Amino acid sequence: MAMTDASGTVFTNQPSVQTSDDASGYYTPGAPLVDAKAPTGPIATRWTNRKFENRLVNPANRRKLTVIIVGTGLAGGSAAATLGEAGYNVKSFCYQDSPRRAHSIAAQGGINAAKNYKEDGDSTHRLFYDTVKGGDYRSRESNVYRLAEVSANIIDQCVAQGVPFAREYGGLLDNRSFGGVQVSRTFYARGQTGQQLLIGAYQALERQVAAGTVTTYTRHEMLDLVMVDGKARGIIARDMVTGAIETHTADVVVLASGGYGNVFYLSTNAMGCNVTAAWRAHRKGAYMANPCYTQIHPTCIPVSGEHQSKLTLMSESLRNDGRIWVPKNKEDCDKDPRDIPEEDRDYYLERIYPSFGNLVPRDIASRQAKNMCDEGRGVGPMVGDFRRGVYLDFADAIARLGKAGIEEKYDNLLDMYERITGENPYEVPMRIYPAVHYVMGGLWVDYDLQSNVPGLFVTGEANFSDHGANRLGASALMQGLADGYFVLPNTIREYLADGPFETVTEDHPEVVAAHEAVQARIERFLSINGERSADSYHKELGHLMWEYCGMERTAEGLRKAIDGIRELKRDFWSNLKVLGTADSLNQSLEKAGRVADFLELGELMCIDALNRRESCGGHFRGESQTEDGEALRIDEEFAYVAAWEFASAHENDPNEPQVSMGTPVLHKEDLLYTAIEMKQRSYK
Amino acid sequence: MKLTLNIWRQADAAATGEMRTYALDGVSEDMSFLEMLDVLNEQLNAKGEEPIAFDSDCREGICGTCGLMINGQAHGPEVTTTCQLHMRSFKDGDEITIEPWRADAFPVVKDLVVDRGAFDRIIQQGGFISANTGSAPEANSVPVPRDKAMRSFNMATCIGCGACVAACPNGSASLFMGAKITHLGELPQGQPERDSRVVNMVGQHDHEGFGGCTNIGECAAACPKEIPLDVISQLNKDLRTALKHGH
Repeated sequence: MAMTDASGTVFTNQPSVQTSDDASGYYTPGAPLVDAKAPTGPIATRWTNRKFENRLVNPANRRKLTVIIVGTGLAGGSAAATLGEAGYNVKSFCYQDSPRRAHSIAAQGGINAAKNYKEDGDSTHRLFYDTVKGGDYRSRESNVYRLAEVSANIIDQCVAQGVPFAREYGGLLDNRSFGGVQVSRTFYARGQTGQQLLIGAYQALERQVAAGTVTTYTRHEMLDLVMVDGKARGIIARDMVTGAIETHTADVVVLASGGYGNVFYLSTNAMGCNVTAAWRAHRKGAYMANPCYTQIHPTCIPVSGEHQSKLTLMSESLRNDGRIWVPKNKEDCDKDPRDIPEEDRDYYLERIYPSFGNLVPRDIASRQAKNMCDEGRGVGPMVGDFRRGVYLDFADAIARLGKAGIEEKYDNLLDMYERITGENPYEVPMRIYPAVHYVMGGLWVDYDLQSNVPGLFVTGEANFSDHGANRLGASALMQGLADGYFVLPNTIREYLADGPFETVTEDHPEVVAAHEAVQARIERFLSINGERSADSYHKELGHLMWEYCGMERTAEGLRKAIDGIRELKRDFWSNLKVLGTADSLNQSLEKAGRVADFLELGELMCIDALNRRESCGGHFRGESQTEDGEALRIDEEFAYVAAWEFASAHENDPNEPQVSMGTPVLHKEDLLYTAIEMKQRSYK
Repeated sequence: MKLTLNIWRQADAAATGEMRTYALDGVSEDMSFLEMLDVLNEQLNAKGEEPIAFDSDCREGICGTCGLMINGQAHGPEVTTTCQLHMRSFKDGDEITIEPWRADAFPVVKDLVVDRGAFDRIIQQGGFISANTGSAPEANSVPVPRDKAMRSFNMATCIGCGACVAACPNGSASLFMGAKITHLGELPQGQPERDSRVVNMVGQHDHEGFGGCTNIGECAAACPKEIPLDVISQLNKDLRTALKHGH
């Protein structure tokens, strides 16, 4: 079945042809999309060649080039530091009060790198292979290979910065194995690897502030992208303390603004995580790719009540030593778990997947937990009609390693659990339940991480590029730092080599229009004067998304969700209540803007999920499963990236410009492989 | 449970603030302290009173954004961050006083929100190891003794919340600085800049208006990450050494 293109490249698969059309009427078919920057040649030399082909920028010219970077997490912070070191003039924005607080800081488990320090058969190629397979063959092979290739450099860089990774007694770096793979390639700093990596990037960033190459704008929120002559040339940002609407122009704009998991209201994201920067760019023409690809993390602390404001992840490294079970009999579900004898426990992951057991990929672990609870065998308090929790039990591990052994590995996690639940996990099995954790979808980028909008680059979780339909554990940190330290600095120079571009002044008509639109929107929020808080709408949106666009999706449910979201949006724009003023710190106003964008994103996610009538990675369609309930991927129809274009303004209902989104345009980018053969995944 | 809350309200940095009292009913012990304030804010919004501004982000105790003075204690009665404090630490009928961090170097922005930009400026003066991207040697080429790596890590767990400053009668940031000095000073990679780091950070600290350390120890008692007081000894020792070296 080999297919060969004009350059002689042999592909292992054929372009897919979609025959189903579940989303008919909700979207407009668009022209196919091709990554014009896709590299060719043997996979192992593509990145090396690209680094050479991309033009250099003379050091003397760099300081004349201004780069705006939105977001200071691993992807944004590392990029700001690196571009600052190179001598560019960098403006770094974050909504937090310090760059050090970006949500990368909360990542617990670790960071993958193909160092093969354990001599257990790891290699760049194996990390590449595992990542493509883990993404269920819905990512680009060239991007993933590059990610695996630079992974080892990341560890070197972080160690040199003083990141205190875990070490063995001989003083060398320690590794552990992490969900879904059989080699030990994960570097970690107890249960707070993200914190340590982010502090490394933050310190490098602050060093550049002192050096005068980077200027930080904290408590600033990007509210629009400035486009001039079809190019991204700056942003409109609100100073969240004074309320001033500021225009910042640049030669190039980088969005490293993170993921949009908070569209579900409850997620493991921080309270402030939002889609606004990405969504505003989307509205200005940037394609949003695979928005429905959401990762639901299997090991979070269950919801305790209506007041819940966020969910807390328990690192899945806990699955290395903890055993997951539910009672065999429904009658046992409200018993003290310690009174349930061994023979009455169902270690369901070990039973169904004997070779991977508790270490199956996240989507499988999550869905099976849901299945157990749907069967009525969940544990913990009743939430609605079901108990939504399963046990994660350390009794065997404590017997094997001793309490001290467990403490050393997971102490801060278990402490956190006890603080939140009031239960001691050394004595009573922990209760866990899946929660939204990460989004693989994001703004579409080419191999050079540039969106379809010239001059707009997107890195980290904000882009869609490397994880396909699902992300392996410990790969988010890897991607963020790969993009920021090593990829973007080498690709952005090809764009900047044509600069500096003509100066854009604040009175340029396109700048003025963007500025005025932002101001008008803020005034609208403050003048609706209705009855309901933005938070109440957010919560309702979250319920719809979790119910119909969560772990299992069906055409019927998704259509229901789209109707529900449209209705909610209409109510939002007529019944919202935001107190306070525009010219002061106003958290209700900030929230209103974010919720307005989540409402639009939620609708697009449902349309994307509705169109993709297959199960792949984190996206499980009830209509596409095997006889024994496993995900069924349909490569003949869906081996493509779904890149969505915002419907042009004239399609909007003129009477309700804020409510109607029109019908988004779907552009398909075929996923073709040369170095890998697509296989149906099996973890049995 | 039913609570009486005395909360600091201040419109902006220039305004004069005042304590205001709110009654709140129906608080569950499973709520976090900040979720309790969320509930109060929803009620205020419904009544037409502007909600209380307070900082929080990750709500899992790691980002360092939140920080309230609760009944005179930074982050309240438990050794944890405000976001990880749960209402089971309080009882029905309690009266709770909630204020922002109080320190000259942390001006109030609004209500319970303060400006901790001074911490970033201290880090800018030396809280890093200079290692440009791409210049790093193979990670395992420099072994680090495990005990040193662990001490370095333990001090690097500082979340920069500012509780140490808020708890200190002098408004000193010595614990914050000591943690950074020790994190980087325990590692071989941190040695080349060890002298300049401490001198420059301390200089910025004093310039920002933080007070001096008089070994009272309130900082370490309030620290949600349990950074120990001896990092301040390390800070002083490194400073003496650096001065001896002629910095």
